[in-house]
Amino acid sequence: MIEVKNIVKKFGAFAALDHVDLKVANGELLALLGPSGSGKTTLLRIIAGLDWPDAGEVSFDGENALAHGASERHVGFVFQHYALFRHMTVFENVAFGLRVQPRAIRKDEAAIRARVKELLDLVQLDWLSSRYPSQLSGGQRQRIALARALAIEPRILLLDEPFGALDAKVRKELRQWLRSLHHEINVTSIFVTHDQEEALEVANRVVVMDKGRIVQIGTPGDVYDNPATAFVHSFIGESIVLPVEVRDGCVELGGKPLNISADGVSSGASKLFVRRHDMAIGPAGSGAFEGAVRHVRTFGPIQRAEVALSAGEGTTVIEIDAPRDRELQPGDIVSLHPRRYRIFAGQD
Amino acid sequence: MSQPKISPSTAREDLRTEPQVIRIVIIAIAVTFLTVFVVLPLVVVFAQAFSKGIGAYFAALSDPEALSAIRLTLMVAAISVGLNLVFGVIAAWAIAKFDFRGKTLLISLIDLPFSVSPVISGLVFVLLFGAQGFLGPWLQANDVHILFAVPGIALATIFVTFPFVARALIPLMQEQGTQEEEAAISLGASGLQTFFRVTLPNIKWGVLYSVLLCNARAMGEFGAVSVVSGHIRGETNTMPLLVEILYNEYQFVAAFAIASLLAMLALITLVAKTILERHLDEGRLPGD
Ligand SMILES: Nc1ncnc2c1ncn2[C@@H]1O[C@H](COP(=O)(O)OP(=O)(O)O)[C@@H](O)[C@H]1O
Ligand SMILES: [Mg+2]
Repeated sequence: MIEVKNIVKKFGAFAALDHVDLKVANGELLALLGPSGSGKTTLLRIIAGLDWPDAGEVSFDGENALAHGASERHVGFVFQHYALFRHMTVFENVAFGLRVQPRAIRKDEAAIRARVKELLDLVQLDWLSSRYPSQLSGGQRQRIALARALAIEPRILLLDEPFGALDAKVRKELRQWLRSLHHEINVTSIFVTHDQEEALEVANRVVVMDKGRIVQIGTPGDVYDNPATAFVHSFIGESIVLPVEVRDGCVELGGKPLNISADGVSSGASKLFVRRHDMAIGPAGSGAFEGAVRHVRTFGPIQRAEVALSAGEGTTVIEIDAPRDRELQPGDIVSLHPRRYRIFAGQD
Repeated sequence: MSQPKISPSTAREDLRTEPQVIRIVIIAIAVTFLTVFVVLPLVVVFAQAFSKGIGAYFAALSDPEALSAIRLTLMVAAISVGLNLVFGVIAAWAIAKFDFRGKTLLISLIDLPFSVSPVISGLVFVLLFGAQGFLGPWLQANDVHILFAVPGIALATIFVTFPFVARALIPLMQEQGTQEEEAAISLGASGLQTFFRVTLPNIKWGVLYSVLLCNARAMGEFGAVSVVSGHIRGETNTMPLLVEILYNEYQFVAAFAIASLLAMLALITLVAKTILERHLDEGRLPGD
């Protein structure tokens, strides 16, 4: 088990990590999700021993990891830009970790060759073994970087935005591949991304970071359905966000009361979050909002409608998703009611 | 009215449609300039060296004084290139891969020899080690000879040539960053293994390139060496110094024979430099 306790990391006065706590179970595949600059890379680097925290503890299976440098931690790190050794062939890149082992435990040449071959087979790139990194595509480099990290039989595998630099199609393929690879080798892994869809698709558990803090930890379903903060709600999955006023448990939009409750939210300016597909369309007068349909686009199983809400002085335009079989025309007056919604106190 | 769109290729086409006359004139000026200032002097050097025949040429080169100068030059170049190589790689490594206080100061110090006249550089060593100098009395008392001896010549040459290696490697190493080193360390490599297996191979062409330039300068250095050498015949004259002495004594064949060796060194350096520059680009990972 990897345990990170109360980690603080500062760059000058700026706290890149602000009291971070995290436990990762053995064999788990964890996604670290957060916007750019939220401290994901910094956290990985501290776990790997490439950076040192200003305060806090890191332990692997109860053993203090901070007592060891990066070269002694047996952490496989797949860098965002791969960091393949440019003057070495693919084969030598993968063999590197085996060749630099202390003589006492180093494998002989035949065993190293066998192991490298095995790893290249695992990432399905055996046929590239004599190429140089500059002769590979992005996706191939990515997989070689992974094979290289796995060569040392790491106790933990850290992947920093492994698909960040790849095009959409390759990303999709590699996601599934990574999932099944993890299933096969079952090494404890942390995988960083700023793409929520990717995190939700690949990981068993998702850790959401913002501004150097962990704001929520949960299964992908949890994080999507029960976001802990306004930030998580807007970062994970698209949402309709409306500025509302909470007054003694009642919710008002532009001075007009909505017939939804705000249990447990303290009075004051707040934000109402609704997923697009959670906005139910009913006959006029039945819901929380009234609005006029402006524009309808259909794709796949859904139709997306732009609705101008008549609330308060101005008009607020929102986009909702409705099933295909619901007849919608521009100009229709509709009533909208959120099946599920969240209200978070504060402006942001 | 809309602007006509110029695609990059047509734009270049346009630039090239200078009137033919102008093109010819420009090229002619460049060629003439090169001929007068580079090719002609080279031709003159070799013409003078061989003006009394091949026999006289080789006789001049096998003169004991000439042989001594060649030996001294090779030795001084070997010492200063060797030391500057070690120093330059270490300095470039420190500057490119680590952050520390006084880094900017170190970079300016490395550049110092480029901005100081070589004669001044030589004088600094005279002030330091000369009989009236700072360390002179102590050196005399202990019978250590630096000035007007090989150590002084080596020191002056080292000083004048020490920016070459560091200067060539710093940008190269900065561009390459520390990612590969971090990868190596996380794969279990020690600091030395990382240096010899990752850092050094990545800069090897840059190292060769800078050694080449450093060597050319070390062998050709005149000013600084002239100040500290003392011009003791057969002992402390390097090739450039000997050329001047022979020339002043109207021994033109001998002077130009030695000069022809230096000219050949320059030509070889030029060719090697061109080849190395091609390899230097391999140090960069394209399409990253
Ligand atoms: N070496 C550094 N020096 C100064 N600031 C840094 C350094 N590394 C990271 N930071 C800052 O720390 C914050 C977190 O960075 P990082 O961990 O790379 O974020 P992420 O990987 O989530 O995009 C950023 O604001 C970044 O500018
Ligand atoms: Mg990052």
